[in-house]
Amino acid sequence: MTKQMLKDNLLAYALLFPSLAFLAIFTFYPIIKVLDWSFYESVMSVKRFVGVDLYQQVFQDEVFLKVLRNNLLLAAVTVPISILLAMYMAVWVNDKMRGTSLIRAAFFYPTLLPMIAIANIWLFIYTPDYGLLDKFLGCFGLEGQSWLGDPKWVLISMMVMLIWKEAGYFMIFYLAGLQALPKEVYEAAALDGAKPFQRFRKLTFPLVMPTTLFVLIIATTNSFKLVDHLYIMTKGGPNNASNLLLYHIYETAFSFWDMGNASVLTVILLVILLAFSIIYYGVLDKRIHY
Amino acid sequence: MHRIINRIGIICLGLLFMIPLLWTAVTSVTPAENMLTRINPFAVQNPTFANYLEAWSTIPFPVYYRNTLLIVGGILGVQLLTATMAAYAFARLRFLGQSAMFILFLVQVMIPPDILIFPNYSIMKELHLIDTKWAIMIPYWASSFGVFLLRQSYKQIPYELDESSRVDGCRWWQTLWHIYLPSTIPTYVAFALISISTHWSNFMWPLIVTDSVANRPLTVGIAIFAQSFETGAQWGVVTAATLLVISPLLIAFFFFQKQFVESFMHAGIK
Repeated sequence: MTKQMLKDNLLAYALLFPSLAFLAIFTFYPIIKVLDWSFYESVMSVKRFVGVDLYQQVFQDEVFLKVLRNNLLLAAVTVPISILLAMYMAVWVNDKMRGTSLIRAAFFYPTLLPMIAIANIWLFIYTPDYGLLDKFLGCFGLEGQSWLGDPKWVLISMMVMLIWKEAGYFMIFYLAGLQALPKEVYEAAALDGAKPFQRFRKLTFPLVMPTTLFVLIIATTNSFKLVDHLYIMTKGGPNNASNLLLYHIYETAFSFWDMGNASVLTVILLVILLAFSIIYYGVLDKRIHY
Repeated sequence: MHRIINRIGIICLGLLFMIPLLWTAVTSVTPAENMLTRINPFAVQNPTFANYLEAWSTIPFPVYYRNTLLIVGGILGVQLLTATMAAYAFARLRFLGQSAMFILFLVQVMIPPDILIFPNYSIMKELHLIDTKWAIMIPYWASSFGVFLLRQSYKQIPYELDESSRVDGCRWWQTLWHIYLPSTIPTYVAFALISISTHWSNFMWPLIVTDSVANRPLTVGIAIFAQSFETGAQWGVVTAATLLVISPLLIAFFFFQKQFVESFMHAGIK
């Protein structure tokens, strides 16, 4: 190793050190810690090693299974819809026409709002009879629903709200991705008389794949991360119909003070998030043509 | 033809997206007695600021604003420093274990501190930091997202500039200061806006680690306030309070919108 290389190595690690230190204390250490705790049952602050017993119990717990199903369903619906919507929006606000920046702002502002503020606003939109949605439906003589009180509707109501919040954020990444596309290819496609939808499917969609990979990871993580609204809107109810994994962790840890189960649930959430990332990288990375 | 149809579609979609904000604004100036009787929820009759006054006098806004500003500023300041350093290392230095380090940083993108509320709470307890603003800030002092964002834009700077400044006798931090920082300002603005809005919005973590008005941020304060209301007659006060919480974000976005969107469009994220 030359002197220069040694110097570069030292400098690099010195520069990485502050970030690494905080990552170690608040990301890596807690992950190891929570993994360790998940094998202990604690009653009255006495810890007892129980192996994988808690995991077995959790996977037989109906509340957990319901929460897990809710969360997976929420991700399966909101992630693809908000990504497709974001692509559509990006393609059509990617110009310098008058008013375009205003439309872009309309799509983007929900991203900036705290989930708590969004919950306050949408709670009133979904209020039965007097809420904005029921009033709007009333104009067409349609019957409103108990959007947040009915187990059939509550998760769907949450999905609509989340798509509204997220789509504009992903749009920004696609706007960035679209800038990098080669203009000549599009000119050639226009000469060949490609229809707009064909052009999107055959050109734009594959070409923005790297952006999609990045957005998929953020979107999936967010569908497990965004739970603040539950605190205001439903507390996970009715009967856990809108409960999500992270909120369930919050309840288990800070309402029931069940350390063992809170650890198990956290580990499960970590595994889910890691699994999604690995699948996305593994499957999509190979199909991306740089 | 399809152009016009899609343009109209996009405009309608934009209006649809605006509705919740417009409705909130209108509701916040509607007098309580008109709240449920009004037929058109977007018409403003007898506009009043009474809701704002009531919200301001019931919620200790000055304390909450100060707390949120301190927290948001405290996080951003440290993040800029740590992310700049790490981004420079990743963008311009070659070192052993570079890809392993990269993956370690990537872990935080996949598993953000928000997910680790439970173990991090007990770490804060061990550090005796419960119910302090430090507890809210410290877990976010490293930002892998910031590192990747800055690294990407550092990489666009021609390497020759870097070398020539070295030949001129600049040390690495001088190069960083005189060449890298000035040419990546839009990225810094974008990152700052994202960081500020993220931490202005953060709720669950501050809810868990704080327990007093003196340390609570706006989001926790307003959530506790909103919980005490059930009836439609109070909509005005709650929407007014909500607007008081979000207006700084909306104003900041309004001013920096162009820079924000463009910085993303130029930097490109891959």
